[in-house]
Amino acid sequence: MPDPTSVPDVDAGLRSVGYLPGESTALVAYLAARLGKPVLVEGPAGVGKTELAKALSSYLGRVLVRLQCYEGLDEAKALYEWNYRKQLLRIQAEAAGTGWDAVQDDIFGEEFLLARPLMVAIASTEPVVLLIDEIDKTDQEFEAMLLELLSDFQISIPELGRIEARTHPVVLLTSNNSRELTEALKRRCLYLWLDYPSREHELEIVRLHAPALPEAVAAKLVDVIAQVRELDLKKPPSIAESIDWARALLLLGADEIDEDVFRATMSIIVKHRTDLDVVAERVGVRLGLAPRPA
Amino acid sequence: MSLPARIVDFGEALRAEGVAVGTSELLDAFAALDEVPWTDRPAFREALAATLAKSPDDRRVFELVFERFFFRAAEEQAMARDVREQGDAEAGITGGEQIDLDNLREQAIQAIRDGDESAMRDLARLAIAALGRRGEGSGVLGVDVQRIRRALDLRSDGQRRDDGGEPLARDQIRRFEQQLRRELERAQIERTQELPPARPLNELDRALPSGPLQDLAAVHRVVMQLKRRLATQGHEARGRRRHAHVDVRRTMRASLQTGGVPVVLKFRPQRPRRPELYVLCDVSTSVTSASVFFLSVLHALHDSFRKMRSFVFVERISEVTDVFARERSFKAVSEAIGRDAGVADVSGYTDYGRVWREFLSLVEDDLHPRATVIVLGDARTNGRDPRADAFARIAAHAGRTFWLNPEPRLYWNYGDSVVRAYAPFCELHECWTTRQLEDFVKALTRPQHA
Repeated sequence: MPDPTSVPDVDAGLRSVGYLPGESTALVAYLAARLGKPVLVEGPAGVGKTELAKALSSYLGRVLVRLQCYEGLDEAKALYEWNYRKQLLRIQAEAAGTGWDAVQDDIFGEEFLLARPLMVAIASTEPVVLLIDEIDKTDQEFEAMLLELLSDFQISIPELGRIEARTHPVVLLTSNNSRELTEALKRRCLYLWLDYPSREHELEIVRLHAPALPEAVAAKLVDVIAQVRELDLKKPPSIAESIDWARALLLLGADEIDEDVFRATMSIIVKHRTDLDVVAERVGVRLGLAPRPA
Repeated sequence: MSLPARIVDFGEALRAEGVAVGTSELLDAFAALDEVPWTDRPAFREALAATLAKSPDDRRVFELVFERFFFRAAEEQAMARDVREQGDAEAGITGGEQIDLDNLREQAIQAIRDGDESAMRDLARLAIAALGRRGEGSGVLGVDVQRIRRALDLRSDGQRRDDGGEPLARDQIRRFEQQLRRELERAQIERTQELPPARPLNELDRALPSGPLQDLAAVHRVVMQLKRRLATQGHEARGRRRHAHVDVRRTMRASLQTGGVPVVLKFRPQRPRRPELYVLCDVSTSVTSASVFFLSVLHALHDSFRKMRSFVFVERISEVTDVFARERSFKAVSEAIGRDAGVADVSGYTDYGRVWREFLSLVEDDLHPRATVIVLGDARTNGRDPRADAFARIAAHAGRTFWLNPEPRLYWNYGDSVVRAYAPFCELHECWTTRQLEDFVKALTRPQHA
């Protein structure tokens, strides 16, 4: 697929692969593709940050290369590693008599390089979408290491020299904002803040993912979710949970969200015991349902 | 002025509000504007936001500055070219008297409910024409806005409308109020032919919650974030400060593998400081919410401390440690503290001298050099004796003593504030925004040998 030429293009494209972008999402995705800048996507858990990368990759017809970050992630797991077993075998296979120089030239070649996600994204002959997921989980050192990659799309390997990107990947970094990212990293990125969607937008999303759900039920579901999000919860329900709930209601064949259905399926959208109590008490009342007899 | 110059000016305006906009960000903004039609307002704004505002906080400031900056820019141009409203502004206002108020109200409610921006703007203009007191108003925009809102009988949730219609959401009404405010401002600029001075954004909307228990969810969000940030703060230090102290015993043991030669050095691990805390919070009316908020933050983080005892005081002192152990929700805690404050409150006036004396009698024997005493209060003695000598004694017994003042530094030592008297014995911190609070808690738990 050729590069997108306008914002509505991207919007329509993302919709065609089952992702309904908000007003700024399509624009930022378009800018990312056109300017070749990485995008830093932040927002609460479950609003579709990772989904955006997947949707982009299928819309652009590119392979998705994903690097899941965690504490203690290092270069060897993110960039490249020397396949030292193979190198050893190689040295042993060389009969005595080969000079050191020849062996050294041999064993530090691309043949002995184990490419990790970042390297794969850089070295790929086809353009890819690179997703660096939950960048806030890594250490600051790792962030610093990313800087070279993100601004120049190249990686320096001491033994080999510089490897430059053959094609320009679209890079998305996601973060839950659990720690401040460094200014240096932010400066190299476009910024996209994904929040819980508006009522209409969410309704559209639910309808897309559970088309068989009756309109009235979907509308009520979105209303209830919006109410639940306003409460003081440990973990407010995300879009992913709205969709799960819609699918569950569909499976149960519910044609109304009444008290019984709500109580039976509440645990799909609320995942903490204390939250369950709060929601049972408050939302039940707001729905105009009689509170459960004690 | 050309568009590039405007954008650079806009960057300056953002910098003035504390958003870090570098040259590279501005270059990105220009690159992005090449790609989007700049006549499309939402696209224009989003393109600028994506390149200039890089955190939720920055984004909020960005929205405010964007509104203000481009509104002013447009008005300035209109004045420079002497563009006026079609017809005379006065004509619009006299015409307004024939507008049917009920009809206007119905339309306004409809527009607000639909969230139709342009309809809202038109109706705001009509409303100003109808109710604007011949364009003079009170001179204070906020007052005029509220007067018009009341005249139109626009009420938010909670209060049911008389005609039984569905209540409007508060933020929908707020959007209508914004339109009113802008139109009023525009009318004022037209009348006086000059721009009002540019004011910096109100710093207070980034401040700690000050109203009684407003928006509990917001408070909890702050606490949650703080907790996560504190939990990760050690990591960045780990790499740099790894080589602090050699652990001789572990090094010797490891050297057995290498025949007694200490090849591999073992280091003592860095442990975060877990101080013992004694927290004293003023809960007289002036600082209650800041105190309760601060206490809940500390208790939410209790596992970062070895031991923690909290006290509230007004005129006398009262221990509330077990309230926090018992109650889980912020609301229950504030209610319990409200009751306890009744114990601590006789006349309603803070008496610091008495508080120090009572605190000493309660805990003097427990205080030791590893203990940390934190006082949160505005140091307003209502003219009574500050008894700095008693405070000095507390500070001498404790290892470290902090004073957090929830008033901006500007107000210190004015009126009956006696911050100066206590300053020699403690570390003073200004603490009236969540950022300042976070910095303080970080300093408190930072590993030793920092």
